[in-house]
Order: sequence, then structure tokens, then C-alpha cells
Amino acid sequence: MTWIAIRMLTGDAQKFYGIVFGIAFSTLLITQQLTIFVNLIERGASGTYNVPSADVWVMDEVSRTTDVAYPMPSTALDKVRSVPGVEWAVPHLRATASVRSGDGDLEGVSIIGVDDATLIGLPRRMVAGSADVLAQPDSVIIDDVGVTRLFDDGSNPIGARLELNDQRAVIRAIADAIPSFTSQVTLYTKYSQALRYVPGTRNRLSFVLVGAADDVTAQELATRIHAETGLRARTRDEFADDGVQFIIENTGIPLNFGITVALGFIVGVAIVGLTFSLFIRDNIKQFGALKAIGVTNRKIRSMVAAQAGLVGLIGYGLGVLGTVVFIWSFSGDPTFKGFYIPWQIPLISLVAVTVILALTGWLALRNVLRTEPASVFR
Amino acid sequence: MATQLDTSAIGGCGPEAAICTRGVTRDFKAGQNTITVLHGIDLDVQPGELTYLVGESGSGKTTLISIMCGILWPTLGEVKVFGTDIYALGDTELVEFRLRNIGFIFQQYNLIPSIDAASNASVPLIAQGIDRGEARERAIAMLEKLNIGDQAGKLPNQLSGGQQQRVAIARALVHEPRLVVCDEPTAALDAASGRRVMDLLRAVAVAKDRACVIVTHDNRIFDLADRILVLEDGRVTHDGKHMPEGH
Repeated sequence: MTWIAIRMLTGDAQKFYGIVFGIAFSTLLITQQLTIFVNLIERGASGTYNVPSADVWVMDEVSRTTDVAYPMPSTALDKVRSVPGVEWAVPHLRATASVRSGDGDLEGVSIIGVDDATLIGLPRRMVAGSADVLAQPDSVIIDDVGVTRLFDDGSNPIGARLELNDQRAVIRAIADAIPSFTSQVTLYTKYSQALRYVPGTRNRLSFVLVGAADDVTAQELATRIHAETGLRARTRDEFADDGVQFIIENTGIPLNFGITVALGFIVGVAIVGLTFSLFIRDNIKQFGALKAIGVTNRKIRSMVAAQAGLVGLIGYGLGVLGTVVFIWSFSGDPTFKGFYIPWQIPLISLVAVTVILALTGWLALRNVLRTEPASVFR
Repeated sequence: MATQLDTSAIGGCGPEAAICTRGVTRDFKAGQNTITVLHGIDLDVQPGELTYLVGESGSGKTTLISIMCGILWPTLGEVKVFGTDIYALGDTELVEFRLRNIGFIFQQYNLIPSIDAASNASVPLIAQGIDRGEARERAIAMLEKLNIGDQAGKLPNQLSGGQQQRVAIARALVHEPRLVVCDEPTAALDAASGRRVMDLLRAVAVAKDRACVIVTHDNRIFDLADRILVLEDGRVTHDGKHMPEGH
């Protein structure tokens, strides 16, 4: 009877494609929006992910994320270095500045000052050039998103001169970095150079990056640093979470994406429910005849389940495929750099599709089960 | 009124009767009111008979045939089909009984529009769990018997009304049921097609171990009946080989 059920559904091409479209559209909306949401909020942790060598981030008590930091006095570095279990500790500066490009455009940029000696704080990989270029005077390394922002005419950024807070800066390499939440242009330079680019208050040390000794865990070390220095110390994973949480708590993004995902679900229920009900209504005489002939309600249920399963599988597959194509086709856009589909998201979409089909299938099935076989003689 | 039995003879069904009803009454609720559509019908239908149920609209013939074939519960009374008290069966057993013992021909055919004639005809076999290939073979054999074997691969909307009716007949007979019930089988056909369908039904659906009951008010085919039961206001008012005078 499953075969007959499938043929009944596919034979009515208009409704079949309508239901498949409803499921595919719903899946696409839910999967794509959740994917963008997850990847976007993970950008809140990009500053942490870009420095994988640091086990612990030390900061002022009021600092919250890599972008929301209150500067500490330079003596904080010595305090941290004196804590047992600290293998190494280096200064890290994060600030904002304005850059004027060769053609006169003004752009807000992030300046990241990394340790002069070890260069800890730089992203691990370079797209062009190497970390050594920072040894040259006035050198900065631009991130790959910055290249698309400042050099969207396709000109070569290597060797380009910038006016950075009225100071001369020369781009000598391009870093392969995860963009920040706002996809702002980021310039990396030596800590000492960064102090020159970002003049201002007496205290300018944003963070102290710490490597843990072999005999201590990052968590233990963070606790110890906080106890001995009074500074806030977070492990890399904790600080990454802090960045994500900050975005969740301080932006309307979760609500907006949540609304879109809910709309995807509602649209799915509406389109699929309406079309499925119409299909059942159009075939109610046939179902009535089948019941009269001797098809049990159990078999009728399995027929409707087979129909729902078929459109669910095709629609879900198309929806997920649509999301993959979307992510793939925008992968060249720096805004979507590094976007991926976490395995949990297709699973969530599958659950949503199952709920949509179970709900609409149940509503449609009620009409079939309520149909008396005797109605075929009326 | 040769086979109309005494209403006091409840339980007096002979084992040879194809259908036996005793005291069958059916009420319907209409708001606050209860309308009695059938008033204690007692009748026997014998195997080998082509029986017509005839009556005006609202006389109760559709209700009676629905009760006789096990798709509508009587309010009171007993119905036996080939010796089985069908309303004493559980729901699932009754459905299974219909599947194996009764063939249905509906006025509107109720064929599934998206599957071909052979597949439509094979539905009862597939519902019985018979392999689809074998079911199709048997369905095609039945269609050939009904002279439309060459239309087996066509969809219902590619067939004429008469051909669709034959597919419906094939579906009713393919599983060799012992009772065939038909609802106005000639209503949508012209006179010639109607007679051909009836000739066909008589040839294939009536046998010494099989009965056929037809609801109709098509007077063009009255002469083909073995027995005509006339219903008026929920009661059998005539039982004979021919229609009574004045009808």
C-alpha cells in the first residue's frame, strides 16, 4: 500500500511540489539562519581563536571581551610573570584607530600590538609575507578581511602606505585571521609600535597573554593568577565563551534570528499543512473507497506516514543542500569567511521538519480516519 | 414476497444464504430528532442471485446495502454474510472480512487517478499483502476477462466512462469475493454501455457460490435481475422477479 500512497501523492504534481517546496523552504530558512547565527556569534570569540598559543588571558577586573577591555598599568605584566606556573607572559594591546588610505578614504581599524620579542598574539597563518616583517620600521600586517575593505579595487596591499592616527604605517604582510564580529579591518604590529600608533592614557596594556607550565592546567593557573594578582584571568575557552555571551546579551541578534527561525517553522506548517490538507480532501473519496474495500486504519496511517516521509526526505534534503550551496557560494565573501554548518543544525532542522510533518500529517489524517466507509455510497 | 421472512424468525438464517438480515433497523440523529431509515428488515439473498435494491431517493436502499456489506452498523438487528455474523466481529476482523469476501463497485468508480488501470484493479490484492507483481498479473487477467486488457497501462482519465466502470468491476472481482455490491453501476452510462456492463456483471459476478446485490433505479436494466426488492420508507414492499405494476 506504501507504493500506492506514494503514487497517489506524486500523481498530483502540483500538490506534491507544493509540499516539497514548503518543507525545503522551511528547512532552508531554519538551517541557513541558524548557521549564520552560530557563525556570527562565534565571531565574538575570534580575537581569542586568533591567538591559539595563549592558554590564559589576564585582564582588568572590568574587562569582558577582546573588544571590551579596560587598560591595565604595565606593572601588571610583571605581577603575572611572578605567579608560579606561568611559563611565559607577554603584553597584548588592542585599540581602535583611524586610517587614511592612499585615495583619502577614512576607515576605523583595530590595532593589535603583539609582543616585540616573540610575536605571540599574531594569527598562526599568513596569506602573504611572514611575521618577520614586523622587524622592519613602521610595519603592520593587515588581516585578509582588511584587504577586501581597504583595497577593494584589487590593488596589491603589500608595500602600501597608510596614515594611521597621523603616523606612517606600511603594510608588509597579510594575515589569515578569523574576522571580528563587526568584520572591522585589523592591523597587527609590534607592541612598542602599537603604543606609538595609539597614544592616549597612561595605562594601555589591554591583556597579558600567558602560557601555562607543563605541571599546571590552564584552569588552575587562571585561578592562581586571579588569587595572587587580583586581575581577572580566563582560560582560552572561557574567554571565547565570554565573547560569544557578550554578543548574545548585548545585541538583538538572538531575538532577530530566533524570530526568523520561528517564521521558517510557521511558514512550513502553513504551506505544508494547507497543501497536505487539500491533497487529503481531494482524495477523501479514494481513501473512503480503500476503507470500504478493507484497508485498515493502521494501513491508512502508514500510507499517510509514507507520503509525509517521502516529501519530508526530499524537502529536507533540498533545504540542507540549499544551505550548503548558499554557504559555499558566499564563502569568497570575507563576511562569511570560515562559515561552516555545525552538525547540530541539520539535526535541529530535521527535528523541526519531523514536527511539521507530524503535526500536518496528523491534522490531515484526522479527516481520513473520520471518514466513514459508508460515505462512498452517498 | 417469496423470500421475505417472518420478523419473529430472529436467528433463523440458513447456512446457505449469502446474506441474511433479521430485524435490521437503522436510526439517524437529526438534531433533536431521531429518524428511522430502516424498519426491521428481514431478508435472505441466495448465492447465484442477481438482486436489485430499488426505491426512491430516501427509501433506505443505500443504508441497507451499506449495512449488508459491513460498512454501516445497524441500530438493531443481525446481519450474516455467508454464515458470519459480521457485526459480532471486532473492528479489525470486520475490515479483514470485507477485504476477503466482499467486492465493491461504486457509482463514481473512485479509482485512484494517478495509478494505471491494472494497478487500480490490483488494490484489494495489494491490501491483502500479495506481492505487487503477482497482484498486477492477476489484475491484468481480470481486465482481459472484461475485454479491456489492452487498457491496463492507462490512467483512469485516459479511459472512457464505460472503461473506467470495467476497471472498477475488475477491482471488485480480482480477489474473487463471494459477495459483490454495486451502487448505481449504470447511472453514469448510456443505455447501450449500461446493458453491456450489466451483461458483464451477470457473467462474472454471479455464480452459484457468489451473490451480487445492486442498488439501482435505472429502469433500463430491470429486466436483467433475478430478483427485485423494492424499498419504500425503510420497508421492503415488493420482492419478486419483476417490478410491480405501476412502478
